[in-house]
Amino acid sequence: MTGVPTTAGAAARGGTVSAASLAVAAADQVIADLAAGHRAVVVDSPPGAGKSALVVRAARALAGAGEPVMLVAQTNGQVDDLVDRLASAALVRSGSAGLAGAAGAVAGPIGRLCGQDYVPSARVRRHAGVTVSTEIGDLADCVVVVGTAAKWATVRAGAWSCAWAVVDEAYQMRSDLLLRIAGQFDRALLVGDPGQLDPFATVDIDRWAGLTWDPMQSAVEVLLRHNPDVVVRRLPVSWRLPPSAVPVVAEAFYPFGGFAAGSGPGDRRLAFSSSSLWRDEPVDAALSLAVQTGWALYELPARHTVRTDSEAVQACAALAARLLQRGCVAYSEAHPGGMPAGADRIAIGTAHRDQARAIRNALGPALAAVTVDTANRLQGREFDVTIVLHPLSGRVDATAFHLEAGRLCVLASRHRHACIVVARAGIPELLDAYPSTEPVHLNVPAKFPDGWEANQAVMAHLTGHRVSAR
Amino acid sequence: MSTLTALARAQARMADVAQRVATVRHVHIGTRPMVLVPLALAGEANAPLAALVGDDPATPRLFVVSQPRNRDERFAFAAELASVIVPYVEGFAATTEQVPAERGETRARSLDAPQLVLPNRAGIAFTRLLGRSTRFRRPDGDHPVDPAVPVLGRWLSFLTERAEHPGSCLMLAATEALSLHWASGQSELEDLNLATLLAWIDPPPGVGGAAAAAVGEDPLASPPAGPVTDPGFDNDVLAPLIDAFARTTEAARSESGASAELGHAAVRRARSALERALTGQLLPTWQLVWRALELLRELPAGDHVARRWEADRDAFTGYAAYLRDGGLPQPRRDGAVAAARRLNWLERAQASFAAQRAFDDPLVMAEYRMTGEAFAGQVVAADPGRVSEGAKRRVLRPWITVATADPVLVMPGTVVTSPARRGQKAQVISVTAAVAPGPVHPVMLEAGNGASGPALVALELSGGMGRGLVAPPGSVPEPGERVCYSTLTADYLPIAEFPPPEQTPWTHGGPPAPYEPDDEDAAEDWS
Repeated sequence: MTGVPTTAGAAARGGTVSAASLAVAAADQVIADLAAGHRAVVVDSPPGAGKSALVVRAARALAGAGEPVMLVAQTNGQVDDLVDRLASAALVRSGSAGLAGAAGAVAGPIGRLCGQDYVPSARVRRHAGVTVSTEIGDLADCVVVVGTAAKWATVRAGAWSCAWAVVDEAYQMRSDLLLRIAGQFDRALLVGDPGQLDPFATVDIDRWAGLTWDPMQSAVEVLLRHNPDVVVRRLPVSWRLPPSAVPVVAEAFYPFGGFAAGSGPGDRRLAFSSSSLWRDEPVDAALSLAVQTGWALYELPARHTVRTDSEAVQACAALAARLLQRGCVAYSEAHPGGMPAGADRIAIGTAHRDQARAIRNALGPALAAVTVDTANRLQGREFDVTIVLHPLSGRVDATAFHLEAGRLCVLASRHRHACIVVARAGIPELLDAYPSTEPVHLNVPAKFPDGWEANQAVMAHLTGHRVSAR
Repeated sequence: MSTLTALARAQARMADVAQRVATVRHVHIGTRPMVLVPLALAGEANAPLAALVGDDPATPRLFVVSQPRNRDERFAFAAELASVIVPYVEGFAATTEQVPAERGETRARSLDAPQLVLPNRAGIAFTRLLGRSTRFRRPDGDHPVDPAVPVLGRWLSFLTERAEHPGSCLMLAATEALSLHWASGQSELEDLNLATLLAWIDPPPGVGGAAAAAVGEDPLASPPAGPVTDPGFDNDVLAPLIDAFARTTEAARSESGASAELGHAAVRRARSALERALTGQLLPTWQLVWRALELLRELPAGDHVARRWEADRDAFTGYAAYLRDGGLPQPRRDGAVAAARRLNWLERAQASFAAQRAFDDPLVMAEYRMTGEAFAGQVVAADPGRVSEGAKRRVLRPWITVATADPVLVMPGTVVTSPARRGQKAQVISVTAAVAPGPVHPVMLEAGNGASGPALVALELSGGMGRGLVAPPGSVPEPGERVCYSTLTADYLPIAEFPPPEQTPWTHGGPPAPYEPDDEDAAEDWS
């Protein structure tokens, strides 16, 4: 699993152009686009391609021009991350090279626009140059103001306007939310991962299907359908995913884009510090396989189960517990000497919240530091090893929810080293029995990748990494 | 399908009769509903064929399009339908009451509102398109129609739009209203058939649900509830009758004198044969819809039903006034702002409908308890006099501890409310989680896990206790009391603000051209 099939990757491995220089060139191109007079620039980013770094760099570049910049993210956690990065970059001033670049520091205070119930997190509080307020009026002096899209939407018309807005995770933002904030800026940079989950609505009607301004589509879709001349750029290198994961994820979820791995074949390695603990059991076999190849499918016997399949839940918990018991160490280009992959570097991903809760309960208080969450909430996060309860495991049918490409993409692209999928046998047969039957509407652009096809592609790959749980 | 509904379906199969999934009725059943059973011609998009309509089960009115491909006959059919539906609907606008509005003013609200009941969701879709085909027509100009036709179109469009609104009862589909209250022993797909669904809920004496449903599946014994007809009926009965009618009409036209008289008699016979055949297809469904209404009416109404019906009456009053003032027909499609605003309404209505149903009905709340969004249990400790230092002054913040056997998903910090004390917020302080029972993996046993027991949830209460520092009796749950808390909120959901349509931003195509009615509207094809 060392091949990197994309052209960028081939070039990178050919030695003429390194992955790093490709990434820098792509980011430079985006910054140049901002100055070229475009109304909007869209940047598609595969998982872990330095999206946030680009957002921060763009915000700094735009703020450097003297105009206030509005920075929009989707959740308070994402906003806090951006504030932290922006403020840290400002503290470092010059000299910090790397992807973020160092084209001048932010010359002025940073504003954190927040809701009534918001309590500043530690990573916001530690920066003296950050002003936190619920009122946009208090942030008039700030050169960059960061807030969630939902909070920006409550800013009174006319109370704030700026030349540029930078929107992070724009593929997860719904069109109607963009409509509410679009009056506050003239130009926009939208950055996001097209492979992750689409925004959703709690009502299910096709009343607006086919309309270019369908409020249920994403902010990027609506922008592109009304402004076909918008420049779309793509970040070419994933710094997170290991070389073993890039071809699988790129083929299944980014069929037309493709991207390369930032790390070389030998850079990432997992090892157990206590090999004597090894036992001839399926759990250990699955862990060994994952350590060697970056993937494992821990396959339980075929069975139709309720959502919180207790055997699958126990298997997820057991894999995590065993991984920690055996003392996993992660070697990477960032830590060539090895870093223990502790509980905080491991995540278990599920499709439903009750599954996550059941796994959390099974882990118990001793392993509470392991992140257990749904695909929706794992978006944008990164771990060394992930354990995934397959959305189709044990199901009688395959609904549109469970087939959604974005869900599997999020679950299968959070790891820096290895991903272990827990599933009941029979998913390929289930997929064959339930081809997607969503109605096709006129004037609705076809969606790629198709969830059904992406699921098949991932299962086809995992079949070669199967460990039967007996 | 939720686990509880799946269980209820399995139980229905075992008991051979449908099982209740609601303890109270969640839809409003009007004092004088009107039932409409439409049929469409196969092979042509939304071509009306026949309809039974009326507000009295004993005297349905039948309207038939004897040559469904003839556009003139379609408009005559629409005018006939309008002669029944429009007076029925507008009759409700006549009597109003004054209710308090903002700033001490009052506004009018109709005392009652119309309720149009269709057999199924497909019937509503047919009605929506019928409204779409008629609302832009004009009584004057190049293609004049009966003045009632565009009015019918506007009302049908209003009612079908309202039917998209979660919790609204101005237009109901009988199958959906029944499925909200009963789980049958068949699949969700099969539940779309009104005859089989009712067979499970209300089988004839001495017959089991499954056997009764089998009869319901036979198109000869129980004709389809429409608007699609049975293909066998189309081929063997309908096509010959329509041909015969066309033939006799043609023959009568070319005759004169005494033979013309005979010809007209033949046309009348052909017409009544067609009407008899279509009545035979429609009448069973007509009776089923009224039976469904009867069954629903027997259930006690949930607490929030009347409140949702008030919202329906408000919507009806508003639209009636709009039409009286010469309002334009509903636009063909929503603009960018209108679409976003409507989605916001629908999502808010959806959330409050879900919450209200759960508050009204312990069986619905049980669904949320299963998924961990709600928990019920007993208060095991209470500190009703606890006072904390607020931002400005000392405030009453009692603590209670609830022991529950439910799986608790809510995280510390979450605000939950109890249906019994809706004005009071409870913030989760801590949850000592229970471990899910079930098989435990050997690796986990080594790690010392696998114990199972009830969870203890500590809550901090605020609101609903007056302004003093002593809680009035009964405002804080006492030890021993059974309580239920959930993350659902029925009341407060912020209304999103959108730019006015003329300020639609560039991201959404800029401001749209305002709608101006023109003659093109009336020339549009009906198909």
